[in-house]
Amino acid sequence: MKTNEIGKPTNRVDGRLKVTGEAKYAGEFNVPNLAYGFVVNSAIAKGKIKKIDTSKALEVEGVLEVFTHENRPGYVWFDKNYKDMDAPPGSPFRPLYDNEIKFSMQPIALAVAETFELARYAASLVRIEYETSPHDTDFETNIESAYVPEEYKSGEPSEPWGQPDQALASAPVQIEGDYTHSSQHHNPMEMHASTVVWKDDGKLTVYDKIQGVMNTQQYVTHAFGMQPEEVQVISPFVGGAFGSGLRPQYQLFLAVLAARELKRSVRVTLTRQQMFSFGHRPKTMQRFALGASKEGKLEALKQDVFAETSRFENYSEDVVIWAGVLYKCGNVKLSHKLVELDVYTPLDMRAPGGTTGIFALECAMDELAYKLGMDPVEFRLKNYSEKDQNEDKPFSSKELRECYRQGAEKFGWEKRNLEPRSMKEGHNLIGWGMAHGAWEANQAQASAKAVVTSDGKLTVSSATADIGTGTYTVMTQIAAETLGIPLDDVTFKLGDSSLPDAPLEGGSKTVSTVGTAVKSACDKVRERLLKLAQQVKDSPLVEASLEQVIFEGGQISLKSESSKAVSIMAAMSQNQGKAIEEEVSSKPADNQSDYARYAHVATFVEVKVDEDLGTIKVTRVVSAVAGGRIINPKTARSQILGGVVWGIGVAMEEDTVMDNNLGRFMNHDLDKYHIPVNADVHDVEVIFVEEKDEIVNPLGAKGLGEIGIVSVAPAIANAVFHATGKRVRELPITLDKLL
Amino acid sequence: MKNFTYTRANDVANAVDEVTSEKGSKFIAGGTNLLDLMKIQVERPSHLVDITRLALDTIEETAEGGLRLGALVTNADTAYHEEVGKRYPLLSHAILAGATAQLRNMATDGGNLLQRTRCYYFYDTDTPCNKREPGTGCSAIKGYNRDLAILGTSEHCIATHPSDMAVALAALEATVRVTGKNGERIIPLFEFHRLPGDTPNIDTNLKPDEIITAIDLPAKGFADRYTYLKLRDRASYAFALVSVAAALDIDGDTVKEARVALGGVAHKPWRIPEAEALLKGKPATRENFQKVAEAYVQGAKGYGHNDFKIELAKRAIVRALLQAKEMEARS
Ligand SMILES: Cc1cc2nc3c(=O)[nH]c(=O)nc-3n(C[C@H](O)[C@H](O)[C@H](O)COP(=O)(O)OP(=O)(O)OC[C@H]3O[C@@H](n4cnc5c(N)ncnc54)[C@H](O)[C@@H]3O)c2cc1C
Ligand code: SF4
Repeated sequence: MKTNEIGKPTNRVDGRLKVTGEAKYAGEFNVPNLAYGFVVNSAIAKGKIKKIDTSKALEVEGVLEVFTHENRPGYVWFDKNYKDMDAPPGSPFRPLYDNEIKFSMQPIALAVAETFELARYAASLVRIEYETSPHDTDFETNIESAYVPEEYKSGEPSEPWGQPDQALASAPVQIEGDYTHSSQHHNPMEMHASTVVWKDDGKLTVYDKIQGVMNTQQYVTHAFGMQPEEVQVISPFVGGAFGSGLRPQYQLFLAVLAARELKRSVRVTLTRQQMFSFGHRPKTMQRFALGASKEGKLEALKQDVFAETSRFENYSEDVVIWAGVLYKCGNVKLSHKLVELDVYTPLDMRAPGGTTGIFALECAMDELAYKLGMDPVEFRLKNYSEKDQNEDKPFSSKELRECYRQGAEKFGWEKRNLEPRSMKEGHNLIGWGMAHGAWEANQAQASAKAVVTSDGKLTVSSATADIGTGTYTVMTQIAAETLGIPLDDVTFKLGDSSLPDAPLEGGSKTVSTVGTAVKSACDKVRERLLKLAQQVKDSPLVEASLEQVIFEGGQISLKSESSKAVSIMAAMSQNQGKAIEEEVSSKPADNQSDYARYAHVATFVEVKVDEDLGTIKVTRVVSAVAGGRIINPKTARSQILGGVVWGIGVAMEEDTVMDNNLGRFMNHDLDKYHIPVNADVHDVEVIFVEEKDEIVNPLGAKGLGEIGIVSVAPAIANAVFHATGKRVRELPITLDKLL
Repeated sequence: MKNFTYTRANDVANAVDEVTSEKGSKFIAGGTNLLDLMKIQVERPSHLVDITRLALDTIEETAEGGLRLGALVTNADTAYHEEVGKRYPLLSHAILAGATAQLRNMATDGGNLLQRTRCYYFYDTDTPCNKREPGTGCSAIKGYNRDLAILGTSEHCIATHPSDMAVALAALEATVRVTGKNGERIIPLFEFHRLPGDTPNIDTNLKPDEIITAIDLPAKGFADRYTYLKLRDRASYAFALVSVAAALDIDGDTVKEARVALGGVAHKPWRIPEAEALLKGKPATRENFQKVAEAYVQGAKGYGHNDFKIELAKRAIVRALLQAKEMEARS
């Protein structure tokens, strides 16, 4: 493919809409006669609702109804009807199903009124009497009773390979340690919201905050016994989601329920506090035991994972696969057990399992490298994996060595003294640390439609999402490139269930999946355009095959003689004013499954730690990424920068605090739940190393939405060790842990 | 939010009348704390008296050679005021270590002193909290208390006062001017906030009918040697785990006068004049600063998650005094 648009740093095509406020989000679509719902959440973590008194709320003028388990309409019977596309094995939570309380802040009523303020006031007047039962939310004390789930959502450990126990026992150099990762909440800027527009015939248009409209449509149709034609789901913009929008959240269910009952359009928006009432990244403890030869060869690896889940669904994520992807080791034993608590089911959050697993793996490896007296990069080079040992497959491409090389050079790593506490500046101890990581580069099945109208303009569409990652922009680039027309002549549409099918935007696979569908649809259009161009009077392309022409500058021209050309406009004029329309469904090539497909990253970090006060400043970060072909260096860089910033939060700040007496997450707002602020972020450099990959997908591009975060927290933790000589194995690393 | 009536006061007397006209009345100034608390039903005033139009928005010289900060001067205008910056840089630094630029533009000096605790439980009406609802119990003592107090606590409440500004004012020995039904009175800043005792619902010694009209700064501003050191979980937009307002008056190497106030450790800015006096006439050395630090945490008590604050407070005091000492004295 010749590149005019692909590979060019391109501003977001939706940037203007976003900064001017014209971009509309799920809670912003206004329709006449809209009613507003406000959710009442449970004060207790476990028990039953003995009595729920809505009379005071209903007395308020302008309050339409308060829905509870007592007055809700009949439900569709089967459990499976409440399963969305991202549901873990188990029995999904059903809002207002009965009087049982399964977790703190469980939605238990919806007050609906003429205005948001009235609804909120009415919600505060609902009186609830509970019958409490003893709850248990204590992760630590339940680790002993962790269990192996019947079915894993994801991250099922491979069978052991080699002789892990013997190899470990006889390894001359060993380390072991428990590494703990806190519970975290996604906290996108935009709160979860659904605006459900009710039409006289009972059909619904649903504006939902979701990472894939098809999931909302499926969920609503199944849960409410409706037909797909009756439910159109629209979600053109998503103000960040990070996984929180993979599953339809309870505000959707409640808004649909209210709209159908009241025969009226209803909006339900959650508050920031309520954003802590559903899924989160599970608290996870990992027990590592590593053994190496004196020369630094990794001989044995054992990883036991204990991760939080709810009592009704078995959530699990890819925590244990990373050792087999990132290190060559002949003797490995992995386990992943779940710790069942009275909490809501955890939920995928940016690089689910990767952020958690790679943190612990990379800290443990750093400890081992230190025990060996080896430079951490040298240690990793020595144990470089040439294949994914979980599946025994070669990599489709892996330029991780180049990431080390370029990252280390930019950072100045060769000047590093291995000795901890060897660099000092005033009160500050300076530490340099590194870690590497990987993230899957998958492709799924998707459809796209391309339409060229007689004015030569192209519209491409697919029911995918843009959660702020730049989908609109990148798809526009791919389409413009394929037809050789300017970006301005291309419109990309997404976020509408009436468009061709696409999967959830998650797992860093949208460019790969939808991008491939877009390209295929545009390729089909090329064929049609060439045929039309050949019909143009005296066409110089009559004899030409697709391989012999190029599409560029709005023209179709002969590769061999570029002056021989027909413009797309001229070609279109042969189509009697009609548009060309092509819809395709693309799926991964068969040979993909013969390979392990991953993006890779190496991250180098400098920290300054105040020796007396324990405050940490991350002064420099260099992240070198091997992500295949970079479609848009600008949005790509933003993804990595965002990952680095989040990694700083993971390492030092993010922690949803559970009060085990109350069974409740307590720091449920952004004053108390800390994420990095500008003042926490200093020099950050992003490098994309060149990587060719003809297997991952026809574009050669790997996803970049998650790779940026995975290696940051361990690199920081390792730098803190280098600075202070203190190994903190429990995140976040706050100043008290360094005093 | 609970329904309320609203009025705008046109002078101080009218404000006092209005606030006493109905039980459950409250003043509103910048609203940056009160409105947040109203939205989540922690504050439920029935009547709001808007005082933002009162003529209390200037900074003036006092007869004693100090400055008078009107209660309605914003935190931003105070911090960036030329005279404040020149004569009371400790105060400017403390203010600028708090909140964000946007908040400081709205927040007033009077409101800052009366902002309420940031204890997690106080903010969640579904949990027991003696400060919010007397008699319900304190969730924090046996719950999550990382941010909470180590000094002057009671079995009923271990909340901290979150203001940075008040810590500097305590070190500077500022006084608070208030007016109520019975006229005007002056409360030393250090006596303005109270300890929780068995009535943690009452934060300060201000009476319900009283309005703050001004904060007076005495002439001595320690502009040569001072530090406001704020330790927190991120570099900005976070309340102090521990903060120290330190000020020194040094002659040669000998301390003439020292001031130390701690924030983030108690229900009020924490000052121990006897401990400060340990430095009087002594050389300004790390060893002597260490003694002051030890004296400040005498009797401190941790509740688990916040145990570290005892050690942190000591180290912070020493660091702040060393920094103050090492400042280039202005000529
Ligand atoms: C996210 C966030 C972060 C913050 N971070 C910090 C920080 O790091 N450090 C810090 O110090 N502060 C911080 N603050 C708090 C901020 O400084 C206070 O909210 C602000 O100073 C309050 O002033 P106000 O004028 O807005 O008060 P209001 O909200 O209007 O009032 C607060 C209280 O004072 C009463 N009141 C106001 N004026 C008077 C008066 N003249 N006489 C009698 N009563 C009066 C009101 O009745 C009310 O009870 C933060 C606030 C927020 C929201
Ligand atoms: S410390 Fe005070 S404010 Fe916090 S829960 Fe206890 S009583 Fe309430």
